Amino acid sequence: MACVGLLALQGGFAPHALALREIGLPTREVREARDLDAIDGLVLPGGESTAQLRLIERHQIAEALESFVASGRPVLATCAGLVLAARQVKPVQKSFGWLDLDVERNAYGRQLDSFEDLADGDDLPLVFIRAPRISAVGKGVAVLARWRGEPVLVRAGAVTGAAFHPELTQDRRVHQLAFAGL
Amino acid sequence: MEKSSFATKVGLAAMLRGGVIMDVVDVEQARIAEEAGAAAVMALERVPAQIRKEGGVARASDPAMIQAIQAAVSIPVMAKCRIGHFMEARILEALAVDFVDESEVLTPADGEFHIDKHAFAVPFVCGCRDLGEALRRVGEGAALLRTKGEAGTGNIVEGVRHLRAVRAEIRRLQACDPEQLMTEAKRLGAPYDLVCRVAETGALPVPNFAAGGIATPADAALCMALGAEAVFVGSGIFLSAEPSRRARAIVDATTYWKDPRKLAEVSGGLGAAMPGLEMGTLAEGERMAARGW
Repeated sequence: MACVGLLALQGGFAPHALALREIGLPTREVREARDLDAIDGLVLPGGESTAQLRLIERHQIAEALESFVASGRPVLATCAGLVLAARQVKPVQKSFGWLDLDVERNAYGRQLDSFEDLADGDDLPLVFIRAPRISAVGKGVAVLARWRGEPVLVRAGAVTGAAFHPELTQDRRVHQLAFAGL
Repeated sequence: MEKSSFATKVGLAAMLRGGVIMDVVDVEQARIAEEAGAAAVMALERVPAQIRKEGGVARASDPAMIQAIQAAVSIPVMAKCRIGHFMEARILEALAVDFVDESEVLTPADGEFHIDKHAFAVPFVCGCRDLGEALRRVGEGAALLRTKGEAGTGNIVEGVRHLRAVRAEIRRLQACDPEQLMTEAKRLGAPYDLVCRVAETGALPVPNFAAGGIATPADAALCMALGAEAVFVGSGIFLSAEPSRRARAIVDATTYWKDPRKLAEVSGGLGAAMPGLEMGTLAEGERMAARGW
């Protein structure tokens, strides 16, 4: 049976496990390069992207992540995960460029500006927590949902990216979409 | 659009999970913390061990110092207010800190009442020694709990006691028949609806982190193994011989707490830990955990 890995270095990976269980997908936590061998899909969860990056660097996981994504298996990157997956990050920090888009960290403000709303013209619930803003998207990136005109849910190939937290709502459409092939 | 809903407050707490929140007293320490992989920093003028040593009334920090730290790092910045001091909390909220810690490390401002945290847009974290205290704070609106431990001692024994107490009491509630729960609520001094919820789910309504006495990577791993979802480190990092290395090692240990080989690897060559205090040497009045109720 297909199994989805949760990058479990730091952040909100546990709610993703519950969300995936609800749609019938078992999960396992990924903390080391070799953990990526046994999984068919991957979640890059929210959390602090700087903390996650330090751990990826110190424990030599970058290369294994690169080859996992290159293999074409499905990936869902939310919030801090989207920051890691972006091509360019403001203020400047390392990222992997799996999604051809630019993000601005904490662009919606500090915690006092964190908010809940619905996507433009849709009933998809959005929870934004110190969220990154997608400031530019490349040609090959499909925008699947917007909020106040700005892209918040995108997809390119097997990689789905969300600036918000689908795992903190009851709506499972984003997880279903990201891992539809499993 | 709904700003600062309870879901976004608990959501930020959930995003800090598996991470380390480090006490810092200036911009330089905040940068070291971020570089080491801290999930957040707690901005304060003196770490608990210094407060303990110097005595006097410990108050909320200088807003200018908090703002300088906010400008220096991209990770969340928390700050402490005194128990019951809702005006200090209002000032911290006006500074747009990401979490307010209503903390027993500072000198309590109100001998009877904690802050009504539902009245604030900023989320609060509060200390607890047992399940009753935890649920009283959630009832008042806390979005995150932490053990009190015994801050500034470098001694993990009280933190362990508080983690175990919460866990044991949750298990006890799970084994109760419905008709027992009101009596349990009375015994715990906790809101009945929250007692019922814990009995049903087997979990606290908000995340619970460890705090108070964490000085080594092994201490952090121990807390994670006892059910803490992240750790606060106060005096343990910047009062040690090599703060930067120790900070990295504690971050690593909080992620790899299930892997003793990794823990052995990251624990080596860190230099001296902070000096510790044995609980028996503390007079009753010197116990910070006894502040609040």
